[in-house]
Amino acid sequence: MPETIHYLDNSATTRPRPEVVAAMMSALTEDFGNPSSAHRLGIAAEKRIQEARAAVARLIGARPEEIHFTSGGTEAINTAIFGVARAYGRRGRHIITQATEHPATLEACRALAAGGFEVTILPVDRSGRVDPDQVARALRPDTILVTLMAVNNEIGTIQPVAEVGRLLRGRETLFHVDAVQAAGKLPLRVDEIGCHLLSLSGHKIHGPKGVGALYVRQGVRIAPLLYGGGQEEGLRSGTENVPGIVGLGTAAALALAELDQVPDRLRALKRRLLAGLAERGLEYVVNGPDPEEAAPHILNLSFRGVPRGEVLLHALEQQGVFVSTGSACHSRRQTLSHVLEALRLPPEQATGAIRVSLSPLTTEADIDAFVAAAAQAVPELRNLMR
Amino acid sequence: MRRVYADHAATTPVHPRVVEAMVAAMQAEIGNPSSVHGFGRTARRLVEEARARVAALIGASPQEIFFTSGGTEADNWALRGTLMANRARGKHLVVSAIEHHAVLDCAAALEREGWEVTYLPVDSVGRVREEDLLAALRPDTVLVSIMHTNNEVGTVQDIPRLCALVKERDPNIVFHTDAVQAAGILPLDVKALGVDLLTISAHKIYGPKGVGALYVRHGFRFAPVLFGGGQERKMRPGTENLPGIVGFGVAAEIAREELPRRAEHARRLRDRFLRGVLERIPGVRVSGPNPLEGTVPCHPGIANIAVQGVESEALLLALDLQGVAASAGSACTAGSLEPSHVIRALGLPPDYAAGAMRFSFGEANTDEDIDYLLEVLPQAVAQVRGV
Repeated sequence: MPETIHYLDNSATTRPRPEVVAAMMSALTEDFGNPSSAHRLGIAAEKRIQEARAAVARLIGARPEEIHFTSGGTEAINTAIFGVARAYGRRGRHIITQATEHPATLEACRALAAGGFEVTILPVDRSGRVDPDQVARALRPDTILVTLMAVNNEIGTIQPVAEVGRLLRGRETLFHVDAVQAAGKLPLRVDEIGCHLLSLSGHKIHGPKGVGALYVRQGVRIAPLLYGGGQEEGLRSGTENVPGIVGLGTAAALALAELDQVPDRLRALKRRLLAGLAERGLEYVVNGPDPEEAAPHILNLSFRGVPRGEVLLHALEQQGVFVSTGSACHSRRQTLSHVLEALRLPPEQATGAIRVSLSPLTTEADIDAFVAAAAQAVPELRNLMR
Repeated sequence: MRRVYADHAATTPVHPRVVEAMVAAMQAEIGNPSSVHGFGRTARRLVEEARARVAALIGASPQEIFFTSGGTEADNWALRGTLMANRARGKHLVVSAIEHHAVLDCAAALEREGWEVTYLPVDSVGRVREEDLLAALRPDTVLVSIMHTNNEVGTVQDIPRLCALVKERDPNIVFHTDAVQAAGILPLDVKALGVDLLTISAHKIYGPKGVGALYVRHGFRFAPVLFGGGQERKMRPGTENLPGIVGFGVAAEIAREELPRRAEHARRLRDRFLRGVLERIPGVRVSGPNPLEGTVPCHPGIANIAVQGVESEALLLALDLQGVAASAGSACTAGSLEPSHVIRALGLPPDYAAGAMRFSFGEANTDEDIDYLLEVLPQAVAQVRGV
């Protein structure tokens, strides 16, 4: 394998920033106390958590007390969905979501459906977008929750969450937004979105794995998933993952500091990539939304004559370029991703898809390396597979 | 001022080799363990290496270990996962009255959802009586959860015996034990214990916070409580907490190697402390088993003492000002002035119950710490009693 590596799989996970690692190290060594302890070591640990809570709150325009730390995006999403279902199941048993959500959402909804809830899974258009009018039409008096992702993790579709938030205004239906892929790449203001709940993950914004957060708007009550010591205002028991939380707080602060420039910078890199492919005469199609309208960091591509994405992935890896097919959560399975299925792509285009995902730390050199590697690998594979 | 950390049962300092391994995992490995490319494969290998190490600590096979976000999640999962998978068998569970809140509060939530719970009383040193356990079992009992080692008073239950009794009555009843406080300081072997489910946590064995594990006996009928990607063999979704898991693995390996020495070290210091306290401070009782009598098995590092006529909060504050970190009850209940549920279950005399304090010793402690404690504690007691 070449010595320089070009990591373009940032929607699967990102490298923790050096500042994040340093902050975590000090939380592991100096501030190792249990935040619930009344003595000074406990108080010091608790203070580190409050700093992180404030930083995460700032990233999404929330109040610190509205942020609840979890073990990651999956737990945050599960807490939101089950928390609403268990707290409001008597008022209604209908939930609305859409077809290209992350498995954490879809599987949680499926489990609820098995337990007597009714789940409407809305279809998406060719760009992966759900139509707010369809959300409006699906709403019923017993709809207790609408849950939508802000940005799709495989194809980068930006969902019209603020529009949905507006049409839910004045209703009793709660609105959860999975912002795991949007955070740090697009500005997020919970008040503008109009959501009651919003999920975040540390390791997608150059923070650590094993930590996430759930925003719960002040005044909204949901049932906890885990019971015990009553940490996180009783919503999430268990000794706090202090190093992880400190790492997430640091990552959130750094993400916010760059957020003014990041979307434009990433879009420019995406354009550079597509222009590079065109320049090399590679025939490709973009799966999902128009790259200019999509989230700035995700690009899902299929190359003509290359019907197997994983073969291309390994060929690129030989040249030090790391991408993925679909999402990481899917990649160890053999099935076609449910997201590409929802787009109803021609079979060869769907099985050949690769996802290139950038981060604020991606450089032009990474992009050029991808273009060069693809320019070498794609014609070879096309000849091989012919 | 000298600093003495006598709160190892709340959390332990992270071993330097654990920190090193976690930092290395974060700096070198950027992969998602589910990714198929080289980074993903390296991350996967690190997770599996850690799984084998954690399994070895408790005599399990690696495929019986499921990583969680900590002891609380593992306890909640043990209860809910068993009940969800065995709905047809019944609606009754049995827990002891001195369980950790993760078990007790989860049981209370299940009660609100329609399950029936029997809370087993304990004797004056915190032991579950066999006859109480047998009397609690019903034809529709699905699960029994009894903690291995109590976190506040250190009582060690005879889990092999209790588990055998339950299985003798009905082999289908699931037995879970919360071994969070036992792991790393008492030898644990899931086969010898005979349990179906066992909870451990990394931050009590000099590992990081935010990671734990549930042992699930092979072939056992169990359901997930979190839904999403297919991680942990489709039982516990969510991108794996790579640094946490790696840290847990290293902590488990060190714990396995050092267990006898650690236990002996903690025991010696704890016993010195207790002897000194009983000698120097009038009106002190040991809550739970008295290690100096040695008749009831107990945690090597925990000393729970109650000082007559003294409120523990005042004493702990005075000690904190002297650089001493200890606790009243468990960390999770810190700040509450009521005696903990464990102290109440033991039936301590009222003029003692408000003064229950836990000193828990471990790797951070030296003989000089004990000297210092025996110097400042009698002073603090005198000071508080004087007020």
